[in-house]
Amino acid sequence: MDEVMIVALLVATLRAAAPLILAGLGELVCERAGVLNLGVEGMMLVGAMVGFAATLTSGSVWLGLLAAMLAGAAMAGVFAVLTIGLAANQVASGLALTIFGVGFSALFGAPYQSHPIPGLATVVFPHLSAAAPLVQQLLLIDPLVWLALAAPFLAGRFLDRTRAGLILRAVGESAEVAHALGYKVMRIRALATVFGGAMAGLGGAYLSLAYTPMWTENMVSGRGWIALALVVFSTWKPLLLALGAVLFGFVTIAGFQAEAWGIPLAPNLLATLPYLATILVLVLISRDTLRLKLNAPAALGKPFHPAG
Amino acid sequence: MAQLPRLGLGGITRRFGATVANDGIDLAVMPGEIHALLGENGAGKSTLVKIIYGVVQPDAGEIRWEGAAVRIADPNAARALGIGMVFQHFSLFETLTVAENIALGLAASESIAALSRRIVATASRYGLAVDPDRHVHHLSVGERQRVEILRCLLQAPKLLIMDEPTSVLTPQEVEGLFAMLRRLAAEGCSVLYISHKLAEIQALCDRATVLRGGRVVGACDPRATSAAAMAEMMIGQALVRPVARARPAAGAVVLAVEGLDLPAEDPFGTTLRGVSFALRAGEILGIAGVAGNGQKELLAGLTGERLAGTAEAVVLAGVACGLLGAAARRRGGMAAVPEERLGRSAVAELSLTENALLTGTEVGFVARGFVRFAPLRRFARGVIEGFRVVAAGAEAPAGSLSGGNMQKFIIGREIGHAPKVLIAAHPTWGVDVGAAQAIHEALRDLAAGGVGVLIISEDLDEILALCDRVAVLHGGRLSVPEPVAAVTVDGIGLLMGGVADAA
Repeated sequence: MDEVMIVALLVATLRAAAPLILAGLGELVCERAGVLNLGVEGMMLVGAMVGFAATLTSGSVWLGLLAAMLAGAAMAGVFAVLTIGLAANQVASGLALTIFGVGFSALFGAPYQSHPIPGLATVVFPHLSAAAPLVQQLLLIDPLVWLALAAPFLAGRFLDRTRAGLILRAVGESAEVAHALGYKVMRIRALATVFGGAMAGLGGAYLSLAYTPMWTENMVSGRGWIALALVVFSTWKPLLLALGAVLFGFVTIAGFQAEAWGIPLAPNLLATLPYLATILVLVLISRDTLRLKLNAPAALGKPFHPAG
Repeated sequence: MAQLPRLGLGGITRRFGATVANDGIDLAVMPGEIHALLGENGAGKSTLVKIIYGVVQPDAGEIRWEGAAVRIADPNAARALGIGMVFQHFSLFETLTVAENIALGLAASESIAALSRRIVATASRYGLAVDPDRHVHHLSVGERQRVEILRCLLQAPKLLIMDEPTSVLTPQEVEGLFAMLRRLAAEGCSVLYISHKLAEIQALCDRATVLRGGRVVGACDPRATSAAAMAEMMIGQALVRPVARARPAAGAVVLAVEGLDLPAEDPFGTTLRGVSFALRAGEILGIAGVAGNGQKELLAGLTGERLAGTAEAVVLAGVACGLLGAAARRRGGMAAVPEERLGRSAVAELSLTENALLTGTEVGFVARGFVRFAPLRRFARGVIEGFRVVAAGAEAPAGSLSGGNMQKFIIGREIGHAPKVLIAAHPTWGVDVGAAQAIHEALRDLAAGGVGVLIISEDLDEILALCDRVAVLHGGRLSVPEPVAAVTVDGIGLLMGGVADAA
């Protein structure tokens, strides 16, 4: 295996991890504020579809990314109105959001089906295909991958070091206490939820605009659920979440490689491998239930309505 | 010269649905005064202080702050005026540090490090020792209260509201708290002190306002008024003193606990270590202690909610049942009244009849898998009548009853199953004086009938008034039970605070 090959593997791993990190961090922040949004998969799908459609019609991948974030945020906004404003059940509403997202993206995405566009890396570096193989690989680390690499540190710093982060954690810990101290619990939760939606939209758009630059129905294929699982198993810690996402990416890419090298594995088994491996490792990491209890936002999933 | 009151309330009224929580309340708190707000549960004290602190908005009435009319829209506004509040149920975040918790209560943004230095300085000035970097879930209840108080003091308050602050403290901690409050008052800060403990109000307060049914029913100087007179004002009738009754000499051991170890289940729990005691038929044994010292675990270990390591750790009426579950122990003659009425003792959505069935599946209410509703209804109605439970009938949902009435029903239900042993945790917690007396009477009658009664309570007054013997739970260890006549409040207080062998 030469160095170009190794670099290619690493880059591909990061690219596979990026959407999980983006969507997962959004959900992590949302859950730290006490809101459990199971609609990540749906928001990613709508983000992927809207981002692709907007890029195709406007010709600008940046407008596409922005549209994807807005679409994710809008869906999260609906979720926030239902669960925070009307105190609807978060689990049921989240599942409904995912089901809605699957159907919506399939319906309105049908005209854009299998319509290839230049990927994000090519847009940023138009001479990508002419570059030397090693440089080409390095240039494939597009701006969103860089963002996904920096975001866990930023999110960790925000949550642990800033006053806004402290207030957000406090709201997720006990909405009643935060309210009694005079914090606007509903507003803070709504903002965190919308942020989570925007990040999920961005993660979805990464799939349709950079990872495999085209729209196909249901192309998120469970990554939203993995992102959700990552949040829990990372015990709500951004860096651990990123680590889990990278592991998922690595096994995904290793699976493709195994196929390329002709290692005889049933393709269905191969496809499940990244999911299996990620969950297995994360379960092992988080088997300390005491730690899980200590880190879990105590008010997660509990609706709150201020009295008086 | 007549001084302006620091806080003046005029005609404050607040309704919740059909109930009037506050009905035209007038109140004046002078600068540097320790003012008691006295009343039973449900008298409207909590609503009133929530209005003052901006958590709840009044429907009508006027709030005057240092002579000027103000509207307190939210707690931030209250804090901006200089009002600080220490809640009865602490408003602290378990997983955050002391400094982070205090930072959340302050308006201004300052670094945690700088804040920590201020915390230590203020703490030493008022004799409140706390470490700003510790996580709150490691702190004892007394320490948590200190954090709450410090959070207020750091804002240099002009009015400090204390909502039932002593119910969770050891007697020594209460003295420390009073010294701190007196010092604060001497510096010019007003204190609004909410309690129903008359002795404390007499020891601490300059003036008292008494609430009943949402109205001000009187004001007095607590130092010049007898406790009995204040109690009458509070409940609206003369207190009936319980009649001391002859009790048969304690009989055979009905519940023997020997070396019960139980690891904590969650990070905020306490591990039980070698708990041993013997409960005899016909006696009331009290287990005192500050909350969070293993009470929850002890109750779970005794009732069978959690199993002990060995069968012999819990012996019920001669049967080793440490490895038997709750249902088996119930069959063996154990009845239990947990602390949480709704959610553990009873199901809020079910009717009283259905709730009576929950612990009655072994006593003839179920035949061949079918519920026999006729005797069940008779039983539920019997409990309602026998214990004067105020309810819309046996079909009323449990959640519609007041705390005191629900507790009377639950205790009546358990007594109705004719147990050999009754375990009650905080039987009168959050219950009004009348219901508390009825519950105490029922427990005394039960013991007089030859049942072993175990009371786990944080309320030392309750334990001393009710029990024959008392032991103290601290840090998961139980002291040797002593006859109540042979112990002093100070001695128990030291045990509650963890000073071993002081009694």
